[in-house]
Amino acid sequence: MSKIRFSRKTLSIPYFAFLILFVVLPLLLIVYYAITDSDGNISLVNFIRFFQDKNKLGLLAFSVIIGVANTILCLIIGYPIAMILSNKKYNKSAVLALLFIMPMWINFVLRTAATRDLLYWFGINGGEHPYLATMIGMVYNYLPFTIMPLYTTMLKMDKNLIEASYDLGAKPHQTFVKTIIPMTMPGIVSAATMVFMPTMSSFVISDIMGERKISLIGNAIQFNFDQSRWNDGSLIALIMLLIIGVITLLTKNVQKEENVRGGLW
Amino acid sequence: MEKENIIIELTNISKQYDDNLVVDDFNLKIRKGEFVTFLGPSGCGKTTTLRMIAGFELPTSGKILLNGQDITELPPYKRPINTVFQRYALFPHLDVYDNVAFGLKLKKIKDTVTKKGVTKEIERKLTAKEIDAKVMQALKIVDLEELETRDISTLSGGQQQRVAIARAIVNEPEILLLDEPLGALDLKMRKDMQLELKEMHRKLGITFIYVTHDQEEALTMSDTIVVMKDGCIQQVGSPTDIYNEPNNAFVADFIGESNIYNGTMTDEKKVLFLNHIFECVDDFEKNEKVDVVIRPEDIFLMDEDKGMVNGKLVSKIFKGVYYEYIMMVGKNEVVIHDTKEYELNKTMSIYIKPFDIHIMHKEFVNNVYEGYIDKNNNVIFAEGEFECDVTQLIPNTHLDEDGYLVDDKGIVYDLTDADVKVEVGLKDIEIVDKEEDGTVSGEIVSIIYKGDHYQVIIRTEEYEDFVTDTEYTWNEFDKVGVKIPKEAIKMTLKNEAKQYVKD
Repeated sequence: MSKIRFSRKTLSIPYFAFLILFVVLPLLLIVYYAITDSDGNISLVNFIRFFQDKNKLGLLAFSVIIGVANTILCLIIGYPIAMILSNKKYNKSAVLALLFIMPMWINFVLRTAATRDLLYWFGINGGEHPYLATMIGMVYNYLPFTIMPLYTTMLKMDKNLIEASYDLGAKPHQTFVKTIIPMTMPGIVSAATMVFMPTMSSFVISDIMGERKISLIGNAIQFNFDQSRWNDGSLIALIMLLIIGVITLLTKNVQKEENVRGGLW
Repeated sequence: MEKENIIIELTNISKQYDDNLVVDDFNLKIRKGEFVTFLGPSGCGKTTTLRMIAGFELPTSGKILLNGQDITELPPYKRPINTVFQRYALFPHLDVYDNVAFGLKLKKIKDTVTKKGVTKEIERKLTAKEIDAKVMQALKIVDLEELETRDISTLSGGQQQRVAIARAIVNEPEILLLDEPLGALDLKMRKDMQLELKEMHRKLGITFIYVTHDQEEALTMSDTIVVMKDGCIQQVGSPTDIYNEPNNAFVADFIGESNIYNGTMTDEKKVLFLNHIFECVDDFEKNEKVDVVIRPEDIFLMDEDKGMVNGKLVSKIFKGVYYEYIMMVGKNEVVIHDTKEYELNKTMSIYIKPFDIHIMHKEFVNNVYEGYIDKNNNVIFAEGEFECDVTQLIPNTHLDEDGYLVDDKGIVYDLTDADVKVEVGLKDIEIVDKEEDGTVSGEIVSIIYKGDHYQVIIRTEEYEDFVTDTEYTWNEFDKVGVKIPKEAIKMTLKNEAKQYVKD
């Protein structure tokens, strides 16, 4: 009887097939639709239409602004929280950290709708204050994604370094700027990437919170595909992909220093 | 000691965490330019004391004076003191140069500028040129000139150590604190660094406060050694003082190898231990219980009956320059260092010069015995079988019906023949008139009136002593019996409990 022997290569076949089927092929399809017209001919007509359309460019710019604003707000709010959570004095047995992460486990659409109703109850009507409501919804939704990577980096941070900084004459604010922030930079970068891109491409939050008065690039993609305008939709998706690529390249240098756990769990 | 020479003074420093007293009434004056080492086992409070000097911890009580100024509450960044951390604590996001320059870039110096004929005193930061000169000089001192642009993670342990030292000394602190800086290095590197640090200290003239648990390191490098135990200073002195004249048995044991025995002063400058009365040079009160310390290199081996006490050589280890022998004299082990080779199991005799016998006041005023547990769960010591509570030897245990110890996890221990240290308080020994009524019997060899009670010493035939405080008067040379209540016998296992797990 001969034994069936698997080489390593054979073992990798299912993963390889999965990759091609669900990652490479869809990407190629996006590229294909982006550079063809509605008749299937290769042309740059989609590009021309997108970059000549002031509304669409404005939408992209607006989405970037919202993305940046949300990232900054999440970092400003999340950083101190992560600092407190990583301090054993306040966060005994990590229960507090769990409380901050728990909202991530609740259904996203339900959570967002609940946020809208809660704001309404506080007198912030999504219809009247669409920007404010959307921003609050965004920050609330993405805060856990900011706290998580920051928290894990801070836990790993050598506390001796803070003492060393004091010892060398750095006052508390100097220690924060010159030691704590650089030490947690990998966490900041991964938090920022995890917030910025999803914010830009999300449409559920702006739809629900802004009562459809706010449109982001994500809404545009959804709209195009809904209308069977696959070419236009694919192009926007491709542009988003390029932005992600550029950002990843830019942040690679910082990430290289320390392998930080992404924080998605 | 001249007053102006004192750079730092710690007075009545105590530090308490919750209920735990880590440093207890620490008093020390350190002279300018001195190399002081805090030496002690882990958990003795030496690092905590250092951290209070650095400013990372506030003392619960007491004062720290730097050049006469109270700095007890001053934050670390305002103290002219720098630290070399145990695990270096180098900034991984900066290269070697920037690590060393970290302190300098923050520093402000006083300077005078003349502008339009007016001379003003201003505070300014160091210029890049000044920083550069200082950094390069510091790197030169630690022999790292070539590596200034290297990443910290690419450096070896020894190199990181050097960067940590450079980063501290570049700020020209008045005191440099070193927290076990060589602990992570291998032996050879450690030896080299010891000498280099010593040389650096000589050149820089900065006061060094060094923390270590390595007695050899302390002896090699220090001007002054502060031996600590349980948060208390045991002895302060030069390495030679501490080695040759240890204050107590703990210091003697911690610094270098020692033979330590329980002894009793029998007469003026006469001490009894190893079942023999030795001449010595220290004068203590007659019949006082003392610790006797003898360095292994101070014991001479001689042919049988030629020396003071006979014993059998039971172990021989070649140590390079000398042989380390262990001789059994009765139940006592004697460690001897001798350059000559002798046969194992040979009966020989030892000779000790009177001034090599160091006698110290006993720290504990308990009777201490060596004993073992017998199969009836009683303890045998001082020729007697005493009833005792064996469950105190291993926490959370009870006796089962077969006489084995069982702990709360169900693990069964068989303590038969387990060696134990037995302690009995002075008030817990009962003297009975008739010899046969006591567990052991002996002769009263001393009665001292201590103000409100008598301290009586009963000596057995085998020269074991029971010291007891009693209100009643007895006569010298009386033969009496000794009884000890079961609950007064305090015992600790000499080996780890897991050795006695029954399988």
